Amino acid sequence: MLARLIAAAMSLCLPATTFATNAPTARATDGMLRLYYWQAPTTLNPYLSGGIKDIEAASLILEPLARLDPEGAMIPWLAREIPTLENGGVAADMRSITWRLKEGLTWSDGSPVTSGDVKFTLTYCMTAGSGCAQQAKFRDVMAVDTADALTAVLHFATPKPYPYGPFVGPQTPLIQAAQFSECLGPSAASCTAANFAPIGTGPFRAVEFRPGDTARFDVNPAYRTPDAPAFGSVLLKGGGSAETAGRAVLETGEFDYAWNLQLSPTVLDAMAAKGKGQVVTGFSTLVERLALNLREPAPRGSSTSGPAPIPHPAMADIEVRRALSMSLDRAAMTQIGYGRAGRVTCNIVPGPPAYASRANDGCAAQDIEGAQEVLTNAGWTDDNGDGVRARAGRELRFIFQTSTNAVRQDFQMLAKEWWRQIGIKTELRNIDASVFFSTDPGNPDTLQRFDAHIQMYASASDGTDPEAYLSGWACGNIPTVRNGWQGRNVGGWCDPAYDALLEELSATAAPEDRAALARTLNDMLVQNYVVVPLVDRGRVSAHANTLEGVRMNAWDSELWNIADWRRAQS
Amino acid sequence: MRSHALHRLAMTLPTLLVISALIFALLELAPGDPMAQLPDSIPESVRADMRAALGLDQSATVRYALWLRQMLVVEPSVALDGLLGTDLAAGGPRILSWQTRAPVMSLIAQRLPQTLVVVGLAYLIGTAAAVALGVWFAARQGTALDRAGTGMAALGYGLPPYFTAAVLIYIFAIWLGWVPTVYDTTHRVTGWDSAAVQIRQMILPVAVLSLQTTAQITRYTRAAVLDALGQEYIRTARAKGLPERRVLLGHALRNSWVATLTVIALGAPQIFAGAIITEQIFGVNGIGQLLIQSLHAGDLPVVQTVTMLIAVLIVLANLTADLLIARIDPRSTHA
Repeated sequence: MLARLIAAAMSLCLPATTFATNAPTARATDGMLRLYYWQAPTTLNPYLSGGIKDIEAASLILEPLARLDPEGAMIPWLAREIPTLENGGVAADMRSITWRLKEGLTWSDGSPVTSGDVKFTLTYCMTAGSGCAQQAKFRDVMAVDTADALTAVLHFATPKPYPYGPFVGPQTPLIQAAQFSECLGPSAASCTAANFAPIGTGPFRAVEFRPGDTARFDVNPAYRTPDAPAFGSVLLKGGGSAETAGRAVLETGEFDYAWNLQLSPTVLDAMAAKGKGQVVTGFSTLVERLALNLREPAPRGSSTSGPAPIPHPAMADIEVRRALSMSLDRAAMTQIGYGRAGRVTCNIVPGPPAYASRANDGCAAQDIEGAQEVLTNAGWTDDNGDGVRARAGRELRFIFQTSTNAVRQDFQMLAKEWWRQIGIKTELRNIDASVFFSTDPGNPDTLQRFDAHIQMYASASDGTDPEAYLSGWACGNIPTVRNGWQGRNVGGWCDPAYDALLEELSATAAPEDRAALARTLNDMLVQNYVVVPLVDRGRVSAHANTLEGVRMNAWDSELWNIADWRRAQS
Repeated sequence: MRSHALHRLAMTLPTLLVISALIFALLELAPGDPMAQLPDSIPESVRADMRAALGLDQSATVRYALWLRQMLVVEPSVALDGLLGTDLAAGGPRILSWQTRAPVMSLIAQRLPQTLVVVGLAYLIGTAAAVALGVWFAARQGTALDRAGTGMAALGYGLPPYFTAAVLIYIFAIWLGWVPTVYDTTHRVTGWDSAAVQIRQMILPVAVLSLQTTAQITRYTRAAVLDALGQEYIRTARAKGLPERRVLLGHALRNSWVATLTVIALGAPQIFAGAIITEQIFGVNGIGQLLIQSLHAGDLPVVQTVTMLIAVLIVLANLTADLLIARIDPRSTHA
């Protein structure tokens, strides 16, 4: 509750502070900006990589039609406005969307940006053999019409109530047709020069790129805002570790910005205490959660092609799942494991604010006695005095698995102790991340196979619209031996009412209605204890005190507003 | 002598072929997925398509044959084309890195200079110091200096570079603030001032690395010189009334060269292999850092090619050591 209040207060303060410090600057007067990305970018073409580090590095150069701001709201970037049903940008049958480019936009080589570039970018990604990482975003686009030089109409194969997949966000920026026209399909990989120095519309352009090490940028002379960016050049250094990066900004002041500081809260706080810089966090939808397996795991070594799985006698009882959730102290877990990089969440869709349900807020308080009562009332009692509750001869003994990771093992120990207090015996298991998160259908230790009763992992919705994410819990998404263990509904929960609501969501266009439906779906998952959300995990970065204008953004590239960054006047 | 050299040379080719097969097979069997680092919002079907674009849909034997052909035919032709301006490669498929989609050889070429300068300098300083210290300790065998020296050498050898690097960074970069913690790889030496900057940022990585080399080779040198000092000809030399300096450097060191040089020559390929941990800690963009980054990303073409190049260098270093020893000590060829 407190975290929520603070977050609300912060989001109120943010726009105000930006206003206050938004002093007029002149272009390229503040010298060099030094960024440290300890996971070094390996290409500046986000279509060939898909990695976050590469998408962020490319976002200095390449820009999409619309971006997401720190609150998750869509803002027009290269487009004049966001097309909607109301302004006619989205067709009434929801089968097309019309994007209109701003007037007078030019690439950094001086040539005009046209709707032909929009069309080309789509062709580039969808040509077979390119290995484009963002195909899923463009997949439903059937054709692109270029009515005039600044208007591109995207036609969808099916009605799209949420048509903002392509060209929204840093994953799908515009690339220049002239530069990449020879790089279609299998020859995409051979265009090293273009992949390492794409021509873009952003505030900077690539000067030198050394994959896995450094990238140097200087000001794009054709950038559309005359007095931006304030910095004349950017050095993006890679390599080392999160610790090296944090040290270089917070302790020695050698760098201005350090990205993705996944460090233990104590280490990060000690670094921040040196007073050279500030830690900034941003939250989107990455939630650390427990998944509960409603099905009886197949005994080890048994044939996996047996009959349909049977419900687990204990886990299928909602009261057992409720007790498991009630006995957790999420605030303590967040404090120990993530510090300021995490906040307690009771929702599986924690943001943007309109999509976050308020119906589950009570979960943050730990209630051991309440959990004991719930179990006793449901008939789970410890009659033989061995400390483990049982009903009809079935004891509450669970296997709890997760990936090998210091924070997750801490969480496992905490949960084991709390569950012991309510009479549930837990056996802990941790599996190497490269196996646990692999998609190898032959390996029984994966997330999808879920050969345990409880498992912990983190996952996020892609972008602000949770439809695709929530459809992960549909009946058809249960991984089974018949579908090669594909699907995200690992617990095997199936409710026709949920699927019907998903169907409704896929035909609803009005943002408020979509948000309401998403909240209902979220509540169904959480209140049925299909998943037990624990921590809303944020992105953590740090910037030097001498750097102004940083607005941490977990929805888009962290460098989304780099044109506004400037050196503090001392 | 010549037949010995030819015989050794002929043996290297099958050795390298076996090594290449082993490297490929080991990496093939190891778990790891080049798509593992992608955000989980990218669906499995797209990942499969991306794997296919990398050539992973081919069988392992086809990929091995292609890799051998690329290493033996395509890449040497590209190199020759670059040197002579010919067109031997004729657009043949080069070895491409999976994460950058750039030719692996150009990545190596980009990183080799840094590794050569930092690791090479450290090796040079390390061996020079080691030989001097080894001889000195041997000459003072049994004294407090020798004991302290060998003790320090054992300590230096025992301390892992990730520990020494952290300690040195804490003292000299954070506490005293004399040197930077992060190696600036874009720095260019254009005059005295920039040369001073370059030296300052090189001090710590070079110190960490040369400590290892010194500690290791000092022990070998000391043992070899002590061995020589116990020989009859040393007593003869002393009996002739030669000054101790000449006994030590002219007779003892000269005769202990065989062992010392072997160790130095065998260690030399690490100059090209880079120093995986030290480069990673200081952010030096050398071959070692390339190797570790590629391993993390499951970028097999880079890992295979770099490992293979290191294997070639080690085999060559062995060969050189053999030939050098044959030259210094002709007995070894007749044995």
